[in-house]
Amino acid sequence: MRHAVNIPLAVTAEDIKDSTWINILIFALFVGVTLVVVLRASRNNKTAADYYAAGRSFSGGQNGTAIAGDYLSAASFLGICGAIAINGYDGFLYSIGFLVAWLVALLLVAELLRNTGKFTMADVLSFRLRQRPVRIAAAITTLAVCFFYLLAQMAGAGALVSLLIGIDSRLGQSLVITVVGALMILYVLVGGMKGTTWVQIIKACLLIAGAFIMTVWVLALHGFNLSELLGAAVETAGNPQLLNPGLQYGVSEASKLDFISLALALVLGTAALPHVLMRFYTVPTAKEARRSVVWAIWLIGAFYLFTLVLGYGAAALIGPEAIKSAPGGVNSAAPLLAFALGGPVLLGLISAVAFATILAVVAGLTITAAASFAHDIYANVVRKGQVDSAGEVKVARRTVVVIGVVSILGGIGAQGQNVAFLVALAFAVAASANLPTIVYSLFWKRFTTQGAVWSMYGGLGAAIVLIVFSPVVSGKETSMIPSADFAIFGLNNPGIVSIPLAFFLGWLGTVLDKNREDASKQAEMEVRSLTGVGAEKAVDH
Amino acid sequence: MGNDPNPDAGTAAAVDFQVVQDSPEFTELRKRHRSFVFPMAVAFLLWYFAYVLLADYAHDFMSTKLWGNINVGLLLGLLQFVSTFAITTWYVRYANKKLDPIATDIRHSLEDEGVGLPEDTK
Repeated sequence: MRHAVNIPLAVTAEDIKDSTWINILIFALFVGVTLVVVLRASRNNKTAADYYAAGRSFSGGQNGTAIAGDYLSAASFLGICGAIAINGYDGFLYSIGFLVAWLVALLLVAELLRNTGKFTMADVLSFRLRQRPVRIAAAITTLAVCFFYLLAQMAGAGALVSLLIGIDSRLGQSLVITVVGALMILYVLVGGMKGTTWVQIIKACLLIAGAFIMTVWVLALHGFNLSELLGAAVETAGNPQLLNPGLQYGVSEASKLDFISLALALVLGTAALPHVLMRFYTVPTAKEARRSVVWAIWLIGAFYLFTLVLGYGAAALIGPEAIKSAPGGVNSAAPLLAFALGGPVLLGLISAVAFATILAVVAGLTITAAASFAHDIYANVVRKGQVDSAGEVKVARRTVVVIGVVSILGGIGAQGQNVAFLVALAFAVAASANLPTIVYSLFWKRFTTQGAVWSMYGGLGAAIVLIVFSPVVSGKETSMIPSADFAIFGLNNPGIVSIPLAFFLGWLGTVLDKNREDASKQAEMEVRSLTGVGAEKAVDH
Repeated sequence: MGNDPNPDAGTAAAVDFQVVQDSPEFTELRKRHRSFVFPMAVAFLLWYFAYVLLADYAHDFMSTKLWGNINVGLLLGLLQFVSTFAITTWYVRYANKKLDPIATDIRHSLEDEGVGLPEDTK
């Protein structure tokens, strides 16, 4: 096979340590610039609508880029590149699932939810059902999904920085995670949703541009021939199975089932992610909401095509074994590839972009969780609506601090796992706890409060219990608690059990419910969801 | 809570949404929406899971080389990208042409009757 590769293959942590100062300089510069943008953008944050939904002032293109920014987290960049570099074709499923999932959001959920004219997922779900129980359940599932998602981002941050500055001690990485957490709290406290939207837009552009440049570079080294790149990856890895399905998930019947479980969680999770749903509320009209999803789909799709090249590029230029043994392990494939291509400068740039990615996604998640707590539990349940918008924002700010601390602790616990895999757990939790209720309340007239509550708690509980008793938490060397073994559930991803169960419970709870819901509320929600009445900003008045 | 983005729109009290829901215009809008999104959702989910099952259980078929190192599995995976982009474009065209005009009419007539945002959003 013809080879166009004449790059030093042995990239080690030692080479990277030499460039620590360049990395830190570029990184600090970037964080400084984004903070200034946040400060400038947040001057007019006055009401709760401004803080959460940015006053519905973004255009479809801007919002679509911000959605892509929210979605393209450390999992998409570090996680998928690493998964493809090491497991080859089986890593590709993440890209496909993460993308196809957007069709569920586009066709069934995004516009309809946005049109009802509310702020949080709990607002929408409790629209035509009994307020208190549904609101509390939806707020709890939102907090749970955000927590799992945050764990993944923190694990990514730890991996990235441990590679950059050669910290591989657990204490050092824990310190790094603490610093990320503090920065994130600052972002959200100062900026609110409008601030984080601008951070997402800037970061999405940088991430996509950075991935594009690396993709072209990798392809150029292989004569712009994908087949030749794949051949080089096989040669470096010494394993032709890299191109075929089954390398990771083909080893046993249980792992094949795990593959289906993962596929199910990926495709159904997106439309139920609370921080993504919240982005639909920041546009002025239904048409802009649709436009923003379309923008997001194109940007995200293009990015995942890049990660295919980058993943196999990392396999070809560095090799799976070298990636696994680097600090940060599987998550370090993309930064190692940057170093192999462009030395310390490209490594510094790409790492800064990846770092900003994590920071921005964490900020988006935190504000969603804070909004959910302050708006749904505090304002509407604890104070029963007797609180002004300023009081609500104050509680949201305090919640940000608490969530920041919890996610720092969680991140320290989840170090060393593949980020894409950890995010897939958040997807499974979202698809189990939220999606059935979202779909039923939009499309099933008969759906009742009991169905919603059973489905949300049942789906959430099943997903979390199955994760606790899976090999993720115990029983294997890579588990969170490797010393114990209580992994009685054989699959890593709970989706194949918990998602159908949640749909079933939603149905069962409804047909067994003796109460009927208010038909006029159902009528109002259906009319609003399809027409967007009242929720359009006064553009045509 | 004093954060209504559109303060001149009144309350929803004056309108009976069940009458609107049963009106021929709205029934038509709902029919057009569902007759597109439901079959399409079933179709793309079937296609996605067919792909997943092939990748999971038909390793030999998916590993068949087509051109150089490009195999059937990679081609089918890339076709998932193509179908996603195609369905997106198709839906946007359909929504702009078939859904938006009716939705806008209903919305305008309701807003003329004073319907604003849902009450507890204000």
